Amino acid sequence: MDLLRLATAGSVDDGKSTLIGRLLYDSKSIFEDQLESIEKTSNDRGDEHVNLALLTDGLRAEREQGITIDVAHRYFTTPRRKFIIGDTPGHIQYTRNMVTGASTADLAIILIDARKGVIEQSRRHAFIASLLRIPHLVVAVNKMDLVDYDQEVFESVRKEFAEFATRLDVPDLTFIPVSALHGDNIVDRSATMDWYRGATLLHHLEEVHIASDRNMVDPRFPVQYVIRPQSKQHHDFRGYAGTIAGGVMKPGDEIAALPSGFTSKIKAVLSPDGSELSEAYAPMSVTVLLEDELDVSRGDMICRVNNQPDVTQDLEAMVCWMSEASQLTVGSKLAIKHTTRWARAVVKDFRYRLDINTLSRDEGATALSLNEIGRVRLRTTQPLFADTYRRNRTTGSFILVDEATNVTVGAGMIRATE
Amino acid sequence: MKTQLSHVSYLESEAIHIIREVAAEFERPALLFSGGKDSIIVLHLALKAFAPAPLPFPIMHVDTGHNFPEVIEFRDRTVAETGSRLIVASVQDAIDAGKITEDSGPRALRNRLQTPVLLEAIEEHRFDALFGGARRDEEKARAKERVYSFRDEFGQWDPKGQRPELWNLYNGRHKPGEHMRIFPISNWTELDVWHYLRDEEIEVPHVYFAHNRDVFMRDGMWLGVTEFLTPDEDEVVENKLVRFRTIGDATCTGSVESSATTIDQVIEEVGATRITERGATRADDRTAEAAMEDRKKEGYF
Ligand SMILES: Nc1nc2c(ncn2[C@@H]2O[C@H](COP(=O)(O)OP(=O)(O)O)[C@@H](O)[C@H]2O)c(=O)[nH]1
Repeated sequence: MDLLRLATAGSVDDGKSTLIGRLLYDSKSIFEDQLESIEKTSNDRGDEHVNLALLTDGLRAEREQGITIDVAHRYFTTPRRKFIIGDTPGHIQYTRNMVTGASTADLAIILIDARKGVIEQSRRHAFIASLLRIPHLVVAVNKMDLVDYDQEVFESVRKEFAEFATRLDVPDLTFIPVSALHGDNIVDRSATMDWYRGATLLHHLEEVHIASDRNMVDPRFPVQYVIRPQSKQHHDFRGYAGTIAGGVMKPGDEIAALPSGFTSKIKAVLSPDGSELSEAYAPMSVTVLLEDELDVSRGDMICRVNNQPDVTQDLEAMVCWMSEASQLTVGSKLAIKHTTRWARAVVKDFRYRLDINTLSRDEGATALSLNEIGRVRLRTTQPLFADTYRRNRTTGSFILVDEATNVTVGAGMIRATE
Repeated sequence: MKTQLSHVSYLESEAIHIIREVAAEFERPALLFSGGKDSIIVLHLALKAFAPAPLPFPIMHVDTGHNFPEVIEFRDRTVAETGSRLIVASVQDAIDAGKITEDSGPRALRNRLQTPVLLEAIEEHRFDALFGGARRDEEKARAKERVYSFRDEFGQWDPKGQRPELWNLYNGRHKPGEHMRIFPISNWTELDVWHYLRDEEIEVPHVYFAHNRDVFMRDGMWLGVTEFLTPDEDEVVENKLVRFRTIGDATCTGSVESSATTIDQVIEEVGATRITERGATRADDRTAEAAMEDRKKEGYF
């Protein structure tokens, strides 16, 4: 059984919480005591029916105000797959939260209210999903019951969204007409929408092919920790521990270690239980042993002799700004974390700010504020071993941290290294 | 070529990545160990993360003094077998020294008293990162918590002011006196834990399996009769076949009726159960809808 991470997006009241509640409920992942507790809250609040949406409200303030504040994680399992839902609220802080949830997602579900059709927020959600390069996108056209389960309505939403999506980079796009409230096409096929021939939402989630989503071409191994037991028994043991960020690694591979550029061969790739693997791939945590004794430490990168990332101090990147306390502008100095390496970065050039509703570039803009996305040029104090985000979501991403408060204030995706 | 990790391998790799990251970036981490199954798993993962080298940090038990004897025996044996260094932060010692006062009455719980004892131990040992075995599926406030959970110099958690956590790029930067709680198995469910215990042949204390015990019903839970907990006059003691789903303070951890004596039977039971682990067995979470959230804000695990 494998694992699929999904992010959900929708504007307030499109039915996102109901949809998640329905998935959990129909896949029997909700427990009786949770149900009792939301039944009680529903009654106390005078809701008409048990509000499945309450299942996703974890904090007191959320239950009191009836809103979702923060990214919440939900888990459910079917006989086919385990699922992790990163549920992000649809109101304030939206971009910041969705970018966060999207960063680890294999698939995004975007909810659209069938009565309202494609609205500004739907475009924004689609854009963020494509910016973060979530490989699979599902548009759930919800509340079909309120439009008489009309195929025309569904088709017009589909057409409009698909048209917009051609301007984005969406590798896999699926549309499903649903009623989260009544359960149509969520887990069970809709009895009324016989015109829809495709899979139900859950079936799609179970079947979507994710094995080839990760980069299997460019071996990248950011060294996380050097294991040196210094005991008699393991006197010569020197293992490079880390998580494979791309490609396949196997014994005998000729490798180069950056930044030194020294070369060697892989002697063994050890799994966490110490056994020797014939090959390993992302995102496995392994320990790599080399034939030669090289000076390799945390923050270095092991790659292939003939396939190396760029070694650069200059990055062109899209940045999502996540701080309300400050702005990102030319001259801003920040700490940057890229793979297992920390450095400092300064903004050299501010290219443009993106209007995420129209996708137009505001080249006159000079700064990013909270929830804004734009393109900048950064210079770092130390070389980073980077690929473009398009090529590799792990070696192409970084976070920016405010050095005074230590808060994570930016998420970056590398567009070019030069 | 198979290039898709099974969900268990994925979760294991993710947890090991987190543990190594912390060991590399923090100066004084420690691993919170209660003898419960979740902390047993975190310890197991941590041992794997650095093998064949020993654990590069100590383990710490915040001991309420209200223990199941077999759990303490298990703890000490695990420490000896793994060659780990154990630090015990004792609630009883803190009470004896007059540092904290115990609520009086037969229903007083020591759970809340763990928080000041924990925070004092963190200060004394100058720990800057503490691994815990909390999982997001356990409780609704936990579902909102980060893997790296920032605590200010008072040990407080601010649920609304959490740092965004992107990709696998964890930000552990903090000022002196502040620390992080680290939850490497955040994404595991109760069932994942049991599958892993089985697959890895990890031993857990016997109280997780069905056994006969003198119990009485209180607040809808079967509590065990112990030297720290005696039933009220109107509470009837029965001898039942029970097991524990969580192990905490013996005075507030309830057992469930069960005949599961093997790990496979436990997995079957957990797979079929319709009540959450904490809902079924933890009096400390039942006092209010937001009981866990409130304790966490003050610095609880
Ligand atoms: N008729 C109908 N109502 C729905 C459907 N899905 C959600 N709703 C209702 O829409 C309202 C908002 O849903 P909720 O899940 O809280 O939206 P969220 O803000 O996106 O999480 C609630 O009153 C739901 O009962 C649906 O498919 N059909």
